Formats: sequence, structure tokens, C-alpha cells
Amino acid sequence: MKIGVIGAGVIGTGVAHRFAQYGYDVSVVDIDPGKEKVMRRNIKNSIMGYNLVNGGEKKVDYKEVLEKISFSTELESLGECEYVIENVTEKIEIKKEVYLKLDSICNENCIFLVNTSCIPITKIAGYTSRKEKVIGAHFMNPVPMKNACEVIRGCYTSEETIKSVSDFLGSAGIKPIIVNDMSGFVSNRVSHVFMNEAAMVVQDGVASPEDVDAIFKECFGHKMGPLETADLIGIDTVVYSLDVLYEYYHDPKYRAAPIMKKMVDAGQLGRKSGKGFYNY
Amino acid sequence: MEIKEKIRKFVANFIKTEEFGDDDNILLSTVNSLFAMQLIIFIENEFDIEVDNDELDLNNFNSVNAIADYIAFKTK
Repeated sequence: MKIGVIGAGVIGTGVAHRFAQYGYDVSVVDIDPGKEKVMRRNIKNSIMGYNLVNGGEKKVDYKEVLEKISFSTELESLGECEYVIENVTEKIEIKKEVYLKLDSICNENCIFLVNTSCIPITKIAGYTSRKEKVIGAHFMNPVPMKNACEVIRGCYTSEETIKSVSDFLGSAGIKPIIVNDMSGFVSNRVSHVFMNEAAMVVQDGVASPEDVDAIFKECFGHKMGPLETADLIGIDTVVYSLDVLYEYYHDPKYRAAPIMKKMVDAGQLGRKSGKGFYNY
Repeated sequence: MEIKEKIRKFVANFIKTEEFGDDDNILLSTVNSLFAMQLIIFIENEFDIEVDNDELDLNNFNSVNAIADYIAFKTK
């Protein structure tokens, strides 16, 4: 089966990797042709990392996975896909432009999975003529290792679409957790308040990033602390997401911490830039 | 900077301590795919070599000395 993945950033690359590894033919589209090389290299390294840890007979052949992935800069290459997973920047104007085009390119049976952590699915569905076939799918980073996904039912998403997408995700080893549509859904609405306040605590000199995270890991039993998580997601993405939540709810609890805005200005975006709350 | 020193710096940064010897098994406390992936990226970028799928044996990467030996083997 052929599926489409729009956006070859961190999450788009992970999504392409996951579905290619589970046997799907994946067409990736990104406006930047330079992303192909980076994407292929990152997938290779991710698989090699997995192979090193798991070793033995469970080794995955990265060449086989990469062969299942094609790359284009044109949305027209997605015309025959049965599912399209869109992972472009969390900005409504950019997503709107993509969906207006995509709706005219894809066949009428194609289901659109909006990969967003914040933007209401019902709003995105309104840009298409297939509101019942638009659903949210908030994949978690790193996608190849996360076996669950927050799936969002928009106002118009049909039960057929929910069933189809649940089966589709299940075929790639991902358990769908279905929630209703409201900005930030469950995961971001809760987690971003944690991360933002953790950043404020560092900003106010109450504790170091290491100590904030240690309290979450060693006292609360979390696998990662909020600042390690922010670095993994990308500080720029965290700030974007907080801005979207603030815009939607007009609640000051979602006002992005100035320290994170400053980090974005300085290019300190977390793991992907080599420096965030921690050095990498 | 000497090869071992570069490796030590990378590992120390990741495991947040410098309290480890060159023969200590650094993977015991950090054996996860994310660390392994970062380690491979570091080795490939820093020493301009390509790690082969067949060489992905934990024995090649479980200590500073093992990694240094592997790099020496690949660059000779």
C-alpha cells in the first residue's frame, strides 16, 4: 500500500521510517530538496542505533527500509496514496495552504491524518471537501520507538475513518488512543504547562535543569524530565505550541516562558541543534 | 584532541558524569537506542568514517577503549 508523508523534519522522518519498516511504500514530500539526504541519513542512523542495542536476529536492514521511501518536492506525487500523514510546521496558514492543494490532488477515498499537537482538527477539516476523512494523529518522538499515538476525532470525522485509521496504525504496531478535538488535546495541554513552568523555574534561578528533571524522574518516577523532553521535542516547537494554546484559550497559563523565547532567538533548540537546556 | 579524549567528552556529556574509566562498560547504564544512535552519529561525523551494519556489535562500542580501537581499525 502506498502512503504519503508531508514534511521531512524530525517527526515526518520518524513517521516515514516507521511505516517503511512495516512494509508500506512511503512517498515523502518536502519543499526543501536538501531534506532528502538528511532524512535518509537520520533513518539509517536511527536503525543502526536500534541494531546496536538489540543486535542478534532482530537486526533491521536499513537499506531495505530506505528503498521503500521515495522523495519529492511536489504534492502531486501523492495522488495515489490511501493515507496521507501531514507533518508540516505547526502554523495554521502553512497547513491551510497544504490542505487546499492536497484536497484537489488526492483521490476522494484518501484519508488525511493531521499530525499536530495543538491545532484543532475541525478547523483543518474545514479546508477540505472531505471533512469526514480528516483525523488528527499526534505521533510521539521518536516515532520508530513509540508504540502509541494520540488520535483526535474532529467534529466531522466519521466512525469509518476512525476504524480505518485505527487499523492502519495498528498494522504498524501503534496503538491509537482516541480523544476529542480541542486545542492541545490531552498531551500538549497538560505536558506543555509542565515544560513551561519547569523553564520558568530555571529562569527564576530556583533550580538547575538537572535538578528539575531529577525531581520528576527520581521522585515522580517519570522516564524523562520536562526539560529533557523539551530539548527532545525542540524548544522552537514547544514555543510554537504554547503560542497556539495561548491564542486558542487566551489563558495566561500558556504564555511561553521568556527564557525559551530567548533560546529560540539564540538557536538553542535542544537536541537537534546540539544545545538546549543541556549540551549534546 | 586525542581520540580517547574526544570519546570521553562525548560520553561524559551524555551520561552526565566523568566518573568512568576507559575500560568501564559505558552501555550498562545508558543502553538505549537514542544513546546508540547519537554515538554512531558522533563517531561517523567526528572521525569521518562510515559504520557498517555488520559491525554493530556491542563489544565494539561498550567502552572508551573499545570505541577507540574500533576507530583505529576503521581509519588505518
